[in-house]
This record gives sequence, structure tokens and C-alpha cells, in this order.
Amino acid sequence: MEDCLAKKMEITVSEAEKRTGRNAMNIQETYTAYLIETRAVESQNEGQCAPVESLWRRYSEFELLRNYLSVTYPHIVVPPLPEKRADFVWHKLSADNMDPDFVERRRIGLENFLLRVASHPVLCQDKIFYAFLMQEGGWKEMVNETGFQLKADSRLKALNATFRVKSPDKRFTELKHYSDELQSVISHLLRVRARVADRLYGVYKVHGNYGRVFSEWSAIEKEMGDGLQSAGHHMDVYAASIDDILEEEEHYADQLKEYLFYAEALRAVCRKHELMQYDLEMAAQDLTSKKQQCEELATGTVRTFSLKGMTSKLFGQETPEQREAKIKVLEEQIQEGEEQLKSKNLEGRDFVKSAWADIERFKEQKNHDLKEALISYAVMQISMCKKGIQVWTNAKECFSKM
Amino acid sequence: MEAEGRVPRPALPAVGEGPGADSHLDAGALGTAQGPLLAAEVLALDDEEDDLEVFSKDSSLTEVNSFSPSVPISPSSMINQYKFEDGPELRDLFITVDDPESHITAIETFITYRVVTKTTRGEFDSSEYEVRRRYQDFLWLKSKLEEAHPTLIIPPLPEKFIMKGMVERFSDEFIETRRKALHKFLNRIADHPTLTFNEDFKIFLTAQAWELSSHKKQGPGLLSRMGQTVRAVASSVRGAVKNRPEMFTEMNNYMETFSQKINLLDKIAHRIYKEERDYFNEMKEYGPIHTLWSASEEDVAESLKGVASCIDRCCRATEKRMAGLSEHLLPILHEYVLYSEILMGVLKRRDQIQGELDSKVDALANKKTDKDLFSEEIGKLEDKVERANNALKADWDRWKQNMQWDMRSTFTNVAENNLRYYEE
Repeated sequence: MEDCLAKKMEITVSEAEKRTGRNAMNIQETYTAYLIETRAVESQNEGQCAPVESLWRRYSEFELLRNYLSVTYPHIVVPPLPEKRADFVWHKLSADNMDPDFVERRRIGLENFLLRVASHPVLCQDKIFYAFLMQEGGWKEMVNETGFQLKADSRLKALNATFRVKSPDKRFTELKHYSDELQSVISHLLRVRARVADRLYGVYKVHGNYGRVFSEWSAIEKEMGDGLQSAGHHMDVYAASIDDILEEEEHYADQLKEYLFYAEALRAVCRKHELMQYDLEMAAQDLTSKKQQCEELATGTVRTFSLKGMTSKLFGQETPEQREAKIKVLEEQIQEGEEQLKSKNLEGRDFVKSAWADIERFKEQKNHDLKEALISYAVMQISMCKKGIQVWTNAKECFSKM
Repeated sequence: MEAEGRVPRPALPAVGEGPGADSHLDAGALGTAQGPLLAAEVLALDDEEDDLEVFSKDSSLTEVNSFSPSVPISPSSMINQYKFEDGPELRDLFITVDDPESHITAIETFITYRVVTKTTRGEFDSSEYEVRRRYQDFLWLKSKLEEAHPTLIIPPLPEKFIMKGMVERFSDEFIETRRKALHKFLNRIADHPTLTFNEDFKIFLTAQAWELSSHKKQGPGLLSRMGQTVRAVASSVRGAVKNRPEMFTEMNNYMETFSQKINLLDKIAHRIYKEERDYFNEMKEYGPIHTLWSASEEDVAESLKGVASCIDRCCRATEKRMAGLSEHLLPILHEYVLYSEILMGVLKRRDQIQGELDSKVDALANKKTDKDLFSEEIGKLEDKVERANNALKADWDRWKQNMQWDMRSTFTNVAENNLRYYEE
């Protein structure tokens, strides 16, 4: 396996900044720009630190990069970008794109995206990607010059193919089902998680009221006073602890979200396959019908009902010369068609092979990542419980001293 | 005047050794007939409120009453109140309230509860009693106790209706909550050094249904109760009592703040319960999603199933925590909310009595005639007030100790529950 870019270079998205500027329609707008820093990784022996190169990019440029990659490498499961707008928020989080927490999480997501592309054996070698990281000016033009937009399949075509394709590779059909299930289950999970977080927040925060009332109450008590006061303090600690806990959980949610969006990437690959397969089937069909026509003309038998047959019956047969000419044209077309079919077949098979290879790679990555995410979630829960135990043990002590 | 009488036995509340039956009814009837305006004996009291001693004379007080009836016996008895010990080993009266049953008559439907009493006390004819009582009977008992001891702290009864929750009057939850509260009510009375010997209390515990209703009818009736209300209104119109001793002003202030705080705590606890319930409801959905997901995965399936089962365990732990809350913390907080109301009432009544005293003193200052008569009355009133004060103070301290202990144990309980929750 070739050396991935990620191994040769450190990539970070280190900062985010609010900018104002004029957009394509010359309207003033505010956007956030992200600083991408790259540094070549020197081998250990040299012991020197290479200089850091950096440039600023905004979210729309990331989108452009991704679109380019998806079109140029349709057989690859291209890593997804973090969400454009905040979704699955629970009430404390704002849905504002400018909110610093959101920006921060997006920064991490963008960094993750770059790292994933850089560690992909195929994608990391792409020149446009490299330029994205290194070349500030003129990158957009460079991308557009590749003319990738023309290569993009129309949505309508793809939809049509999905419905009409007769015998797609079974594995892809299964994969499509899987990605649908994955998407639905993850989004459901995220929704419920957001609600659970909301409720948990409520429980903790109301305990904070205890703190206040306890301390007010302790003012009028004599023997109970001290105990109450310190217990109240612990209640406040308890109530405050939920903020950190839930912030950590957001990271977990983001990890799951990435795979939610990955499902879409999977579906894109499946669609491409279906499109190619449909194309192939259409070409084959076309060829068959042409061959049939040829045969009919040559032998003069009308095997299938056709308008031509009818008209010739009604209006008389063609002259032998005309027929000869037609046959010749058809034979040429058949020749072309057969060649095309062959190459399409080859293309199709290649696509399936390379796509499936990448899908296997993706599966492994996914399993690994999900396991890690679940483990870290469990660790988070344990630490939350430990904190809870601590607080309530302290509180219990205070209470028993009352 | 020093009391003559027996040496009180240190540990047990003094049990009257005298004859039983007649004095029972006498004392009871007299006690109630005369209401709060008993022509009280002047009792010499110790200065230490907590160690009021009572000697029960043979012919009279088989019922220890802070107002000794004007039975022509030795005018001086000292009321012996021992410091309340929390230990159950010293109890000789065990009461349980259980087994609610609904009765349907032509006019109404109501619930009765079984009250079982076990005792080793002499004045009870047998050692075990089982009777059925309904809520109205409890109300009756409470009002009798209040009449007899206006300045003692009578434990609260569960409310007639609950406004907040849409709880049907006969829902199981409501009945169970009420049963527990009634059980507590009777036990608190039993544990109270004075109230436990109240005659009406005893009748409540032992009399059969028909006996009870006939006894009820013997009450002082509407008139005296109205009189009391009128006086109450009059005194409140008069405004704050002038000569209220410092101690009671403090108590009053304390009670106001306390009542505020305890109400807040009650609200907070209810809110927490509600939030936890919502949390629990959401959690219920959370676990199964993971199981669903594991169906589409191969490699990660095990981990997902693991997470699902942990989440379910969390759910169960949350359930336990909620149950703990509703069983322990909420009822106690509620009880103390009611208590704070009661205490305010008691303080008011004390003020009332004091007010009477004051007005009589004023009257004396104005009229020079009938001095002797007045001074005797005044003397009696003064003593009454003082006794009331002292009884209140003693009870108050007792109550506070109880409360502290209750609060402590309740919150410790909550803390423990939470610990258990987190450990799971």
C-alpha cells in the first residue's frame, strides 16, 4: 500500500475565525474561516521541526472539494463533512451556526474529514486535494478547470436507473438496505439521546435549587445549620457537573453523526453501480434489438410486430438496394455496439471490484470506530457515575452530621 | 405547693395505678365539657421545661392531661413528662393501620382502614385490639385532641383532597398514601408522652363502631366550639399580643421562615421526581434502539447489545431511585409542610390564651372592685398560660429533635439511594 499522505504530513484545522466579505452575488455576509495548518513529518533522526504551512478555508470550499472527490472517484466511499446546520440539538445547545460551541465542533469535524481523506490510500494522492491543503490562491479555478461538474451524473438519471435496473449485483442491493437501516437507526438514536440529555439536565439542575434552599434554611437552624449548609454546597456541585458531562457526550454524538453521513456516501456508490449496470443493460438491449432488426431485414421475416413491418405490408416492400444499405448501417452499428458493450462490461466489472475493495476497507474502519465510540461512551458514563457517587457520599456525610 | 405522690418510675411513663373505669369517663367528659376554659388547678412547675414531673394520684389521673380536671382531689399534681426517647424498646403501644376496604352504602362510598393495637399497658382491658375506622373518625380524633391540648403539637392528618394531581379519590395510589399517613399519625400520637394517654385516643383505638359513634355524640357540641372560634377571631382582630415572651416571638419567626423553606423543598422534591420520571420514560426508548441496531451489524453487534443491556439496567436503577423518593422523601416533606401549618396554629392559640390573660389584667387594672375574684381568675389564667407555654416549649423541642432526626434520615436515605443508583 502506498504511503498515505497522512503519514507524511501533519494536518490540523487549528482555528476558526469570523469573517465578513462579499460573496458571489456581491452581498455582504458573515462567515467562518478555518485555518488549516500542515507540516511535513520529518523522520526522527533529523530532529528538526519542518516549517508550518497554513492557509484559510471556509466551509463552502470544503464542500467543493468533497463534491469534486465524489464525482472523480465514484467507486470510493468518500468521507462526509460535518453537518452544515446543527441538528439533533437538545434545548441547551443553540442551533445557531455562529455559536462558538457549534463552530468548535465543526472545526473538529473538518479536521477529521481532512485526516480521513489523507489516510485513504486512493484519495490522498489526488492533486486537487493536495492543492487544497497547500495552495491558497486559485484553487477554486483549478477545481473548476477539471470540469468535474460535467462528469457528475444527473440526479434524475440516477433515480431512473435505480427503478429500472434489472439485475444489479446483489451485494450492492444489500449494501443499500444496510445503509438505509444504518441511517434510520442512528438518527433515531441521536434523537432519543438528545431527549435523554435534556431530561438528565433537568434532573441535575433542579437539585441546584436544593442548594439554595438548604443554605437559606441553615440560617435559621442551630444544630442542623452546618450540616445543611455544606450539604447545600454539594448539591450545587452536583448541579454544575452536568454541563461538562453533556459536553463530552456531544463528542460521542458527533462520532455517531459521522457514520450517519457515511451512510449517504455508501448509497452514492450503490447508485453509481446501479447507473452503470442500467447503462450496460440498456446497451445490451439496444444491441439485441439492432441484431434482431438486421436479421429481419436479411431474412425478410417479420418476427415481431413492428410499425415498419406494417407499413411495408401496406405500402409495399423496400427495394433490395434500400435494404442492403440498411443492413450495412445496422451491421456497423452492431459492431460499434458490441465494442461498447465489451468496454462497458469491463468498466462495470472494474467498478464493482474497486468499489467493493473500498467498501471492505470502509467496513473495517466503521467497525473499529464504532467500537471505540461505544467504549468511550461507556467510559463517560462510568465517570459520570463516579462523580455522582462522590457528591452523594459527601452529601450523606453532611446529612448525617445534622 | 409541693406535690405529694408516688415517686415516678424513671423509664416508663407513669401509669396510673388507681382504679380505672369511672375516672376515665369522668376525666374525659369533664375535660371535654369544659374545653379550654378548664378551671385549672394551679400547678407548680419546675423551671426546666423538659423535666416536668407528673405524679399521678390514685383517685384521679389515670389519664395524664396537662390540664388536670377539677375533680376535687389533691389540687396539686405535678405533671411528669419524661424526655421522649426515640427507642422503640420503651414503647408499649404498637399501632398499625392497614387493609383498606371500601364500603358502599346507599348514600355514599367510603373507605375504612383496619387499626390494630397491641399494648401492654394496664389501663387497656386487653392486650390486642382490632377496629375499623374511616377518615372521618380520624378527623374527629384530631379535633378532640386539639380541643384538649390547644398548645400541644398535634401531628398532621393527610388532607381530605389533593388538589394538584388529578388523583381520583379512590385510586389505589391515593388510598395507599393516605393509609401510610394515617399510620404515621396514630404512631406519632402514641409516641407523644402526653397525647398517648388521652382518653379519646384510647377510645379511638379500642371502641367498636357503635361505641365510637355514641361516644362521639357526647362531645361539647357546637356551642363551645363556636365560642372558641369567636374568641379566636376576636384575638386576631386585636392584633399582635403585647406581652408575648421573647421566646415565642422567636419561634414565630422561625416558623415563618421554616414553613417557607419546607414548602420550597416540597416543591423541589416533586419537581425532581417529575424530571426523573421524564428521564426514565426517555431512557426506556434508548436501550432498544441499540438492540435494533445490532440486528443490522455483525462485528459491532455484541458491543451494541452490551450497551443496550446496560442502559436497561440504568432504567431499572432509575426506577428504584424514584421509588425511594416517593416512599421516603416526599411523604416526610409533605408531613412537615402540614406540621408547619399546625405549628403556626398552635402559636396562634397560645397567643390567644395570652391575650385573654392580658385582657383580664387590663380589666383588673380598670375595675377596682371584685379584686379578689379577679385576681383568682387571673392567677388561674396566668398559670394556664404558663403551663401552655411550657407545654408548647417542651413539645417544640421534642418536635424539633424529631424533625432533625427525620430530615437527617430522609436525606441520608436519598443520598444512599443515589449512591446505589450510581453504583449500578
